[in-house]
Amino acid sequence: MINIENLQKKYPRVQALKGISLEVGKGELFAYLGPNGSGKTTTIRILTGLTKSTSGSAKLNGFSIEDNVLECKNQFGLVTQAVNLDQELSIRQNLDIHGRLHGMSRKDRDAAIKEVLDYVELADRIDSRVMELSGGMKRRVMIARAMMHSPRILFLDEPTAGLDPVIRRKIWSLIKKIQQKGTTVFLTTHYIEEAEFLADRVAFLQEGEIVSVNTPQHFIDEMGVWALDIMAHGELVTKYFRDMQSLDAFINGRELCCTKRRVNLEDAFIARTGLKIAENGGLNGSAAGASPHGGAHGPHGGGGAHSAQSAHDSSKHSSNKHGSAH
Amino acid sequence: MNKCFAVYLRELLIFRRKEIRQILSMSVSPVLYYVAFGIGLGKGLEVGGKPYIEFLIPGLVAMSSMVYSFGIATEINVARFYWKIFEEFQSSPVSNVSYVAGEVLAGMTRALLAVFIILAVGLLSGVKLYFGIQFWIAVILNSFLFASLAVGLAMLVKSHADQSLLSSFVITPMSFLGGTVFPVENMPLFVQKVLYILPLTHASHAIRGASHGETVGYQPFAVLAVLGLLCFIMAVRVVVKARD
Repeated sequence: MINIENLQKKYPRVQALKGISLEVGKGELFAYLGPNGSGKTTTIRILTGLTKSTSGSAKLNGFSIEDNVLECKNQFGLVTQAVNLDQELSIRQNLDIHGRLHGMSRKDRDAAIKEVLDYVELADRIDSRVMELSGGMKRRVMIARAMMHSPRILFLDEPTAGLDPVIRRKIWSLIKKIQQKGTTVFLTTHYIEEAEFLADRVAFLQEGEIVSVNTPQHFIDEMGVWALDIMAHGELVTKYFRDMQSLDAFINGRELCCTKRRVNLEDAFIARTGLKIAENGGLNGSAAGASPHGGAHGPHGGGGAHSAQSAHDSSKHSSNKHGSAH
Repeated sequence: MNKCFAVYLRELLIFRRKEIRQILSMSVSPVLYYVAFGIGLGKGLEVGGKPYIEFLIPGLVAMSSMVYSFGIATEINVARFYWKIFEEFQSSPVSNVSYVAGEVLAGMTRALLAVFIILAVGLLSGVKLYFGIQFWIAVILNSFLFASLAVGLAMLVKSHADQSLLSSFVITPMSFLGGTVFPVENMPLFVQKVLYILPLTHASHAIRGASHGETVGYQPFAVLAVLGLLCFIMAVRVVVKARD
């Protein structure tokens, strides 16, 4: 459904994309992850006709973004990072204009407006002005607008940025529903657990290059099963283990301020994109079964059944609230 | 055509949300010019054997049709830089010609509304003018030219600040020097030649002549039409460049 070949984008002072090649299948939910400035938004902007590529090619549902621009634009819906609704107009007016821009007849527009607003559960707010809506509602209107002309592909550029966890989950279920209708979804996000929960496949992007593409589970399995977040010398270091015995063996006999948990996609993201805040953190030795990746990040609660246990480093973190383990 | 109408309709809906404010603001300038120049300064003055107020009102028509059609640039940049709506147009299957035509039509509509307000002020003050076909053609061509110029320049500016520079350097000087409040013929010959480079001078000439019931030659209409077409083509081309 999306075919990208050696896509490059060069700005006067920086090369934003250094030759991206990618294929996304029909009905697939594909997450495109990378740190700030890695080229995620540039890729979406090129694919949606907002920016021209410097070289390379891309096709959406078989239509070239360079040679069949207008036909290409009928193939997708776009939810941009920034809210780009007409704030002074009502939801109905925003959607109606979108339908007209896509050449829909009045009858089709009226039917589609009703359908998509039912879908995002905003039918009762149809005549509300956008400026009167909450952030989460605006995002849902943007998704409704993007779906109005029944696109084959939906581009979501950080669709849950700045939303509270409850609204985020509501939007996740909306995205899943859209995918289940057969729409291909191309998602960028900073919330890694969002990609882990939603995506069929994930691409890690770094400095304009794709460093890895695979399923979330594959990335997680590569890292190990258990992770140990350890505070050492003022830095947070994470160690990965294939099994609990290895982890226990690593901790055994040490006084550590640490948290045990299951490995998740964020660990893979940090390791793959080289976002290491600290290497090894001054800890000596590595337990049997530990992954060579030594990423560092804050403790988190997402990504499945976490089993958190703490040990206490009395010398450095005596005021730490963690209890003692092992 | 439908997609062009969608762009136009959006601008109309935005306008309607604040129509009272917009109409009041459109009324302020002509009333001030009428009071300051027409009554305060021009009372008892004659230009070409006619009362100054009959000279002034057509000049204000030319000026307002320029200012308010050019005002669409501000709306476009609010949509571009503040609301990010331009991305919605860019990612929709709308041709650049349709987009520009929609915005130009919106600019022209605003200009025509401003012209009606001036004509109402003129009628209320008892000024007798003719509003034949040549008058309206001149108004429409002038609005088309400056709305097209506005769309093109709006795509070139990088910020709101640049937008106000355009008004300061292009629109304000032309408002006063384009034969609106004084006859260009009163100026030295070399200045007249410079002032006839300005499209507004031709618009003032055509609008004034038509509203005085004279038959205006084709020249000012041709100048406005050709420049308008060139500005429209320029606008379409720069919309392409707006995609980085």
